[in-house]
Amino acid sequence: MSRTPRQIGEEVWKTRVEKVNAELVTLTYGSVVAQLCKDFGNDYIQVNEQLDKMGYNIGIRLIEDFLARSNTSRCRTFKDAAEIVSKVGFKIFLNITPTVGNWSQDNKQFSLIFDENPLADFVELPDDGKAINELWYSNILCGVLRGALEMVQTQVEAQFVSDVLRGHETTEMRVTLIRILEDEMPVGDD
Amino acid sequence: MLQSRSSYPPQQGAITPSLASSSEKSIPTSLTPSNVRAPVASTRKVTIYDRNLNRRAPELSFAAFAFLFNEIVQYSQKNVKGIQEMETKLSEYGYHVGQRILELIVIREIKNAKRETRVLGLLQFINTSIWKSAFGKPADALEKSKDQEDEYMIIDNDPIVNKFISVPKEMSQLNCAAFQAGIVEAVMDGCQFPARVTAHSVPTDLFPLKTVFLVKLDPIVIERERYMR
Repeated sequence: MSRTPRQIGEEVWKTRVEKVNAELVTLTYGSVVAQLCKDFGNDYIQVNEQLDKMGYNIGIRLIEDFLARSNTSRCRTFKDAAEIVSKVGFKIFLNITPTVGNWSQDNKQFSLIFDENPLADFVELPDDGKAINELWYSNILCGVLRGALEMVQTQVEAQFVSDVLRGHETTEMRVTLIRILEDEMPVGDD
Repeated sequence: MLQSRSSYPPQQGAITPSLASSSEKSIPTSLTPSNVRAPVASTRKVTIYDRNLNRRAPELSFAAFAFLFNEIVQYSQKNVKGIQEMETKLSEYGYHVGQRILELIVIREIKNAKRETRVLGLLQFINTSIWKSAFGKPADALEKSKDQEDEYMIIDNDPIVNKFISVPKEMSQLNCAAFQAGIVEAVMDGCQFPARVTAHSVPTDLFPLKTVFLVKLDPIVIERERYMR
């Protein structure tokens, strides 16, 4: 009976996931970012925002797929959630397991450290001096996390703090818990 | 902090009015060798060019592609006014992918690599190699049109991009396999067989998502074929 998140992730990846060529996904994502850069006239701040929005839309649907495939129980703490996200969530969809680290004192912030990022395989940022300082290439992942966790009553903020594409050592995403959302009953529904 | 990262030739607009409004001080730098920004790639220990291309392509979950593609379709819907424009946009995304997929697959097939010079050979290459590595299975059929000399048809009973897309009745002419059509078009252009590729759905009982990719070759190609015969 698989207990640890890592085992759950491995098992689901091996059995319940249909596979597709990774390069197709990488290239498709690349063409999305390229098209966005063209549409927004190289305003990378806006591209980041748009990627985040797209990720949010993906995340609110992705959570259903995730819950259906992984069949995990409710997470009791934010720490549990972080483990599940990194070992099961990312494993199921991207076949990677980023490490969870750098917990803050109040246990409300953690970092996901990616040692490999399939979305950014063979990618180089454009050489115009702006992209290297402004564009977070994999920003869609921040949106996905935000959307998915919001659907399970956890409001978070996710941002990249370093990216290998920008020349840093590692790719790191900082996730902050804003608040736990309460289920609101629709008005007039008793 | 001195903005030492200016692009090389001034005509690329390194010091433009829009940059002046950015938070960094845009102090004009002279293009002496010491001030020209070294490409970031050279400061990194391992560049993307060092990575091995020949390793077997890793796999990702199909859901990842499906979600991403759904977002592409939704984003394209915002800025276009008609079905034709939408198909063109999707085809553009596919074109971008196809250019790179062609290079990758040709490099990987170095043992059997023979540059295709005939139309039929190229279409068969697309049917088998490209379809198999990109979409996981070879295309189902290749047909030549009887009436038109320059039209060929690649048939796919179940294009993977359409698996999770449902098209509303008012847009029933839209086929999101325009993305795949873009990939094919890029491959053909890359092999010096300019063509226009469009996707048309021909649903049957057995295969409700069956799609025909109509390949319309440029007159240049037809002439060349005639000459080589």
